[in-house]
Amino acid sequence: MNRAIAPRVRNILADLLSVSEATITAESSPESLASWDSLQHLNFVLSVEQEFGVEFKPEEIESITSVRCMIETLENKLTNPSK
Amino acid sequence: VKSELTTRQQVEKHLSARSWIKERHALAELWRDQPNAATAAYVLDRMRLLREQVSFKSIRIAILRSFTVEPLVPLLRAAASVNGIDLIVHVGDFNNYAQEMLNPSSALYRFSAEIVFLATQTRDLFPELWVRYTDLSHSDVEGVIARAHRDIEKWVLTFRSHSDAHLILHSFELPDFPSQGLFDQHDEMGQIAAIQKINQGLARIAEQHRGVYLLDYDSVIARNGRARWHDERKWLTMRMPIAADQLIHLADEWLRFIYPLAGKACKVLVTDLDNTLWGGVIGEDGIEGIQLGMEYPGAAFQALQRVMLDFYRRGVLLAVCSKNNLSDAMQVLEKHPGMLLKPEHFAAFRINWMDKSHNLQEIAKELNIGLDAFAFLDDNPVERERIRTELPEVNVIDLPKDPMLYAGALRKIPAFERLSLTDEDRERGRYYAEQRGRVELEQSAVSLEEFYHSLRQEMDISTVTHGTLARVAQLTQKTNQFNLTTRRYTEQQIAAKAASLDWKVYSLRVRDRFGDNGIVGVAITHDGGEVCEIDTFLMSCRVIGRTVETAFLYFLMNQARARDRKQIQGWFLPTKKNIDLVEEFYPQHGFEKIDGQNGASLWSMKLPNADKPLPAWICLAFTETLLTQ
Repeated sequence: MNRAIAPRVRNILADLLSVSEATITAESSPESLASWDSLQHLNFVLSVEQEFGVEFKPEEIESITSVRCMIETLENKLTNPSK
Repeated sequence: VKSELTTRQQVEKHLSARSWIKERHALAELWRDQPNAATAAYVLDRMRLLREQVSFKSIRIAILRSFTVEPLVPLLRAAASVNGIDLIVHVGDFNNYAQEMLNPSSALYRFSAEIVFLATQTRDLFPELWVRYTDLSHSDVEGVIARAHRDIEKWVLTFRSHSDAHLILHSFELPDFPSQGLFDQHDEMGQIAAIQKINQGLARIAEQHRGVYLLDYDSVIARNGRARWHDERKWLTMRMPIAADQLIHLADEWLRFIYPLAGKACKVLVTDLDNTLWGGVIGEDGIEGIQLGMEYPGAAFQALQRVMLDFYRRGVLLAVCSKNNLSDAMQVLEKHPGMLLKPEHFAAFRINWMDKSHNLQEIAKELNIGLDAFAFLDDNPVERERIRTELPEVNVIDLPKDPMLYAGALRKIPAFERLSLTDEDRERGRYYAEQRGRVELEQSAVSLEEFYHSLRQEMDISTVTHGTLARVAQLTQKTNQFNLTTRRYTEQQIAAKAASLDWKVYSLRVRDRFGDNGIVGVAITHDGGEVCEIDTFLMSCRVIGRTVETAFLYFLMNQARARDRKQIQGWFLPTKKNIDLVEEFYPQHGFEKIDGQNGASLWSMKLPNADKPLPAWICLAFTETLLTQ
């Protein structure tokens, strides 16, 4: 897992959900955090896209079901920009 | 990322030190640097703590829409909050805008919004024009346009019969590439021409109905770059047509409407001189050496003056606050050929070596306008920071470093937006120049009575008309000091009162030998049984202290007597702003206190058998007309 991007992703989610950064772990998911609803999920995806200058495909957005998934999908995107 | 941490650390530091004003400024700075969703959530979270400590203006807004606006809402709320506005937002159900407007028991009307945005897109309302244009004949297109105007007018009419709220209509955007290609420009019923015709009709509807305004959505797109505005994939998957990084621009545009409607407009713009109105320092460079004219680099400063002149014409008062020798500065203001602004455009001058916060307080006193309606323009960040710290209620304008960018930065500030422009707004600057003459006369008169006689004051009182409605509503919205009840009314509410037999709405115009002050007073009364109650009694500060207020009150008493009322009464509802000026108003005129609670008091007087005579030096004329709905 890329150390540089993981904390940035967690910080974004902590801001959006108004919780401390320590609350957000790689395993955090909409199931484990009550305030992570569908609207916040949309905000999360849009914010990560903006922060890292990428665009997720609809299939990718559907597959992002936890912080870990988000980081892995993002890493994949950043290392293989053409995919 | 580093600077963000620094600003955030400052926010946290001010928060733990309970320095609320600094906290708010740090949050505003953070928002300026990084206006995105994550910052918005953070700002709103911190603002929640601030809300109990710093005063916020609370406004209820409803968004009716044909597309996903949810990610925009936190951005809008954050942008409003750093400007001291707390937004309570209702988002209408997806694509439910027409039903919400047409159904009197809809969630929209239950929410009782003060401002409603109707955000719809061309492709949602007119899919045939957007995607199937080449299938249509000219008469089909004409039919679409006619139906558009009919439908929208019906929504507006129905809306107005259920709500007094301000309604802001998005105009319809144009396609990036019209279906007919280049030829579309030559077709009078082309795709672009058809959408433009719909928009022209929308503008007519907005003009014909009170409190309805047009937001030129296509201009917002163009200003920020049509090629970058849309995100087709997000549109197809989540019905969000606007790219995430562009949402902030629509939020900012909405804020430009919310700002004046929330009563946050600035009345006075105080400007520095050296390196702000011209390039260079007059005391060192001399009148030949400063940069000001039509060529680079002086053109940047002339462009800034042009913006200020435009603001002056919409009723913003201008004032100078500069550290300079008075004669040096006045020489430029009076004689420099590149100056667009002349001495007569300024309502007040403070050109000296004193502290600027002291000078600003003096200008506020001279103009009788609260510092919270002041904006401060200065190229020097140190002066700006001092005003921010010492006079936190003043709107301090941040200028970019490059003077070429000054004009653009000033023009987009929402505090100078006006949604209606009355004759008084256009003439306001002149009224204040005339006021300087009155002050001189008062100082030279032997007695107060002699001064009153020499003023030759004429009062024109009239029941409200379509022509004065906007100004009357504006006075109830903006008058804080000489205002007995501070009840705020929209044009729609004033019109409803004027149409009722029990209510009277009076406007007061005052003229004297120095000129016409325009409409400067409003009184609203309500008859119930034998009692006439004064609901609203207010006057602009520029005419009080010359017995006009007494004559206006006596006029109301005589009117009530003419309608066979036996008694007149009125509340005094104290606020921080009105208490010094009007607390004694009713007792001074012989009213007696008959009720009171929580500082508010009700004053009453038995109406005499004969008319109350007006002060001998005042000439009064009254016109009564019926306002038809």
